Amino acid sequence: MALTGIQIFKMTPKKNCKECGSPTCMAFSMKVAQGAVDISACPYMSEDALAQLSEATAPPMKTIKIGTGDNEYSLGGETVLYRHEKTFVSKTRYAAAVCSCMDDATVDAKLAAVSAVDYERIGERMFTELVYVNFAKDTDASKYVEIVKKAAATGRTLVLGCKCPETAKAALEVCKDGKPVLNGADASNYEEMSKIAAEAGVVLGVSGASLDELYDTVAALEKLGNKNLVLDVTMGTVKDTFEAAVAVRRAAIKDGDRTFGYPSIVNLVPLADGDKAMEEALAAAFTMKYGSIVVVSEMDYAMALPLYGLRQNLFTDPQKPMKVAPGIYPLNGADENSICLTTVDFALTYFLVSGELERSGVPCNLLISDAGGLSVLTAWAAGKLSSTSVAKFIAEQVEDKIKSRKLIIPGKVAVLKGDIEAKLPGWEVIVAPLEAVQLVKFLKDMQANGQL
Amino acid sequence: MPFNRKPQKFNASIKEVEIGCGDKAVKIGGANVFPFYSFDGTVGNAPKVGVEISDMGLEHEPEGVKAYYAGATTMAEIAKKAAEMPGADFVVLRLEGGDPNGANKSVEELVAVAKEVADAVDAPLVVEGCKNVEKDGELLPKVAEALQGKNVLLMSAKEENYKAIGAAAGLAYNQKVGAESAVDINLAKQLNVVMTQLGVSADSVVMNVGTATVGYGYDYVISTMDRVRAAALSQDDKMLQMPIITPVASETWAVKESTASEEDAPGWGPVEERGVSMEVQTAAADLVSGSDAVILKHPQSVATISKMIKELM
Ligand code: B12
Ligand code: SF4
Repeated sequence: MALTGIQIFKMTPKKNCKECGSPTCMAFSMKVAQGAVDISACPYMSEDALAQLSEATAPPMKTIKIGTGDNEYSLGGETVLYRHEKTFVSKTRYAAAVCSCMDDATVDAKLAAVSAVDYERIGERMFTELVYVNFAKDTDASKYVEIVKKAAATGRTLVLGCKCPETAKAALEVCKDGKPVLNGADASNYEEMSKIAAEAGVVLGVSGASLDELYDTVAALEKLGNKNLVLDVTMGTVKDTFEAAVAVRRAAIKDGDRTFGYPSIVNLVPLADGDKAMEEALAAAFTMKYGSIVVVSEMDYAMALPLYGLRQNLFTDPQKPMKVAPGIYPLNGADENSICLTTVDFALTYFLVSGELERSGVPCNLLISDAGGLSVLTAWAAGKLSSTSVAKFIAEQVEDKIKSRKLIIPGKVAVLKGDIEAKLPGWEVIVAPLEAVQLVKFLKDMQANGQL
Repeated sequence: MPFNRKPQKFNASIKEVEIGCGDKAVKIGGANVFPFYSFDGTVGNAPKVGVEISDMGLEHEPEGVKAYYAGATTMAEIAKKAAEMPGADFVVLRLEGGDPNGANKSVEELVAVAKEVADAVDAPLVVEGCKNVEKDGELLPKVAEALQGKNVLLMSAKEENYKAIGAAAGLAYNQKVGAESAVDINLAKQLNVVMTQLGVSADSVVMNVGTATVGYGYDYVISTMDRVRAAALSQDDKMLQMPIITPVASETWAVKESTASEEDAPGWGPVEERGVSMEVQTAAADLVSGSDAVILKHPQSVATISKMIKELM
């Protein structure tokens, strides 16, 4: 429970020495209660008081770190249930799955495919961050360890899905330095598993046949002193898994129930049961609804392109539009005689349009005017992209630097053509197709027709 | 100590709206909890899946869509097949050809298409305009008149043309009205306020609060739907309790991920698989954010999303 200013005040030494930057201990306490300053700003708090306070002011959901080096990821640490309340902090991470129930060739092919998806979108690297290595019942433990070894060789952080203590121990022997997750504790084995995870210094994944069982097991593990956990909320059905994913997150954040204050794992492999499109739909649903790690059978481009786009949108700061600086961007070795194209300063639009222009290989100048960081149609509807704004920008900042007098405008604002031409004597305005992806063909056709 | 469940109960619910007639009629809305939170209370009617067809025919459709409609040539035949698509709950006719900057078909011609489609199917029908506000303001009232008695939903009544569309669909011809706003809770509410002031019953309105493809400004779609649903339930805001319908296909099949050929995007794999994935992922995200109906077009997407809804209900 959060403490009030008065409760905190009672714990201060009441010296009013101002060293914390506040005029009085009371003022300081009020600020701490609001979360405006940290208790550590007062050098005179007793150990006891600090312990009590850190417990009370701890975030509702723990931040759990997995992996090492470049492959270290923070999970959890969220403070809200909806992105409009405050920015979500720890992105969903995706794991591709292999299993000891697969033959060697399949495992090798799947592991090779892990590196297939790797691209950049608006400055963010998109790739399969994790590999889930499942130990199926009645399969050979030494085979499992071999697969773990191979999976570790991909350089990805591992999640070991293994409920057998001996096998888990052997597997950790070969991969614990990479700080994998050992997803293997349940009501029947948690004591032993907790010991194994603690010895190896790795995060322990906990599962349960029901929410109640999961809750009890987590409570028991915390009693043993293990708070380095993630909760596998995968239940027998999609419906029950959805409930578990929501219930765990909501209990921690809305109801302050710290027992459920951990990141989650949702394993889609059993839920989608080989239905690829279903798995894609569920991956999106559980990215939205609180999966910290989402396990898929394979991450290919069809799965990744929408999913990483969704994640990027979900985890952006709702207060900050992503903008690029207005100006002239010469592409593909363009000079002052190269044709001009224009678009808005919304980072996503810039990224999509410049990407296609680069792909075309045609030298051109991309002119970005200040459109308030809005998309083409939004800016147009808001009056921030108009014939006046474009003409003004070109007259003031382009005409003395660029000799070409051909301007290509986005197809979605084709209506601006006449007015821009009227306001910019000497310029020829050409309407481009609606979507950036059509630019490559459009420019190549222009080139072939000698229009450039 | 067992897990102490604290269900989120609300003394408010989403309105229920019926589209279509007879045994094929569908109801959307009715929930008094967040989307699919059946563990909290009543989820109301299962979200519904609409299948989009266009007066422009099939020429520009992806291969899998063309293949599904193979043999169908008239709009009536296409509509029949759409209604029979496994997982489909209703049919959506988009009158794209009306766009003055496109094919610019006449109102009469488009009304005839709407009639042909409405007569061919007994599934509930949703009619979307061409997005041009003036043309839609003319066209949709005429469609509303021509389809009297069918209880259709006429989409795309916006701030600029709601009077014409609302008065015809909602008042004169007793149809349902789709109120479209641009990804902003206040705009959505404002439109419902003026629509009801016009005299349209709040129970005859379905909202399209704005839509985008995942990755393309979709952050605003999530937050708009989250906030609309929260205001409807926790603040009992009557002007935000209309069910939400989201056109998905018309957005997702236009973006690069769904259209770039394999030569143009080496390594990305079959274009159709990417298109389906774009469509199902956007639809799934819309549904968990609060859409009561989604509009799709690929048979595989329709089957998948209707299966996902069943599994979540
Ligand atoms: C997110 C969004 C918003 C966000 C803005 C986020 C942002 N940074 O832009 C917010 C919520 C703020 C918003 C507000 C408004 N919005 Co808005 N919004 C959208 C939404 C859902 C997505 C926009 C987006 O991000 N698109 C993605 C980007 C990448 O698209 P893009 O810039 O167009 O770029 C593509 C192409 O144009 C092309 N391209 C771009 N440049 C170039 C250049 C060349 C040469 C070529 C070839 C191609 C090309 O490449 C890109 C990919 O192909 C759209 C609906 C939709 N689905 O599109 C409505 C939409 C654009 N909004 C709309 C409206 C009306 C508004 C408001 C005016 C509403 C109001 N009355 O207040 C306000 C205005 C803002 C203000 N007053 O400040 C309308 C516009 C209607 C119209 N046809 O004019 C839309 C279409 C929704 C609708 N159907 O009603 N909006
Ligand atoms: S530093 Fe500590 S003791 Fe000094 S005024 Fe601040 S709170 Fe009081």
